[in-house]
Amino acid sequence: MPELKRTALYDLHLDLGARMVPFAGYEMPVQYAPGVLREHLHCRAAAGLFDVGHMGQVILRAPSGQAADAAAALERLVPVDLLGLAPGRQRYAMFTDDAGGILDDLMVANRGDHLFLVVNAACKGADIAHLRAHLSGDCAVEELADRGLLALQGPAAASVMDRIAPGAAAMRFMDVAVINSAFGPLWLSRSGYTGEDGFEISVEGTQTVALARALLAEPSVQPIGLGARDSLRLEAGLCLYGHDIDTTTSPIEAGLSWAIQKVRRAGGAREGGFPGAGRILRELADGPARLRVGLRPQTRAPMREGTPLFAAEDAADPVGIVTSGGFGPSIEAPLAMGYLPVDLGQKGRTVWGEVRGRRMAADVVALPFRDPNYKR
Amino acid sequence: MYYTEEHEWLRVEDDLVVVGITEHAAEQLGDIVFVDLPDEGKTVSKDDEVVVIESVKAASDILAPLDGEIVEVNGALTDNPGLVNEDPLGEAWFFKMKVEDLSALDDLMDEAAYKKFIG
Repeated sequence: MPELKRTALYDLHLDLGARMVPFAGYEMPVQYAPGVLREHLHCRAAAGLFDVGHMGQVILRAPSGQAADAAAALERLVPVDLLGLAPGRQRYAMFTDDAGGILDDLMVANRGDHLFLVVNAACKGADIAHLRAHLSGDCAVEELADRGLLALQGPAAASVMDRIAPGAAAMRFMDVAVINSAFGPLWLSRSGYTGEDGFEISVEGTQTVALARALLAEPSVQPIGLGARDSLRLEAGLCLYGHDIDTTTSPIEAGLSWAIQKVRRAGGAREGGFPGAGRILRELADGPARLRVGLRPQTRAPMREGTPLFAAEDAADPVGIVTSGGFGPSIEAPLAMGYLPVDLGQKGRTVWGEVRGRRMAADVVALPFRDPNYKR
Repeated sequence: MYYTEEHEWLRVEDDLVVVGITEHAAEQLGDIVFVDLPDEGKTVSKDDEVVVIESVKAASDILAPLDGEIVEVNGALTDNPGLVNEDPLGEAWFFKMKVEDLSALDDLMDEAAYKKFIG
């Protein structure tokens, strides 16, 4: 097994009493002393600080110095309207493969003269190779391995961030900006992975620890581990790559059609032109065979990832599977997401998950489980 | 109190063996969100899986520490699984067993041996 990597905050995590686990090739904090439940609830009530320094930060720069040229190139790999992404704005996207599956999901920001991408830790090597293989004629692909990345999430995030980076509170959901601070220029985006208002903060590597300590010195801010990160994003109905989405799921099956703007769809000015466009445009027109759905188990028993789903209590063969599942501390009940055939995956239907040999009923519900608190 | 390598504690109360999990186990498991208890009257053999507990992180089993019959389960845990984290050695007992041969308890660890076991 290759040696695990560490983020800039490794020693700080240990100082804070974190329990460290291997995650995507890194040693990361799964929880701190308060535990997953309290960390989760704290983030929803005040503010949580997450180390996301394991994620990949990439700059795409065209020789012209025009973000639009980088956007046009990147549109060949994603089904998303990037030419329509204004400077200072960010958008969710996914790399698709020729079969219409998802190679990774990512954030793309237009920073005026270039694009800034944030990709998943487990995929970043493959993503960068993919970008270089397909775009190197048109764009320089630069990995920013030395920068730190933090997320500050929760209702108190804006006031805390504004004290450190004046003006941050005026940003809207999915805005990006560079704001000077005592920790150097911070690259902020008003976004996150919890369903809460908040920021993702790219910071010079040498300033990462000092910035994290300054944020943690705020009374409303507590560190949050991967355990609560997972329960927060599950309640928010957000996909985790490698679980809810992967190369076997199309963006349409995954319920991510909203991320595919009209201009890339059939009849749009830049229709198709991305890997897997045949399947993806067909599924947009005719509907997919299956759908990612929300599930609320009727008992308190959680339905974890891998739980097979059945159309009836006594049905012989499964019709679907749970891809993420656990307990939602803010919902105070078990929650799951999974895939079901379209006819069964309708709100109000009941399906059965098999947990330890027993069939347990679960209701199909709309996602997200909890309305987000984004600053629109 | 007696202790097993599965991090259960046992104590004898009115000729019944009361079973729970240790503070160490509760801490390792994290916040408990679901407890699935056996039926009262069920006959069990040592090492049978009798209780399922789910934490925010994962599911774990509790094994029958001895041969015997489950005569009572702690229904309070069904409604309030978090009791396992709050009071693992007291109110959060899982079940009471009728055991034919109480001398089997002598094979288990005492508190000092258990403390050494968990290091």
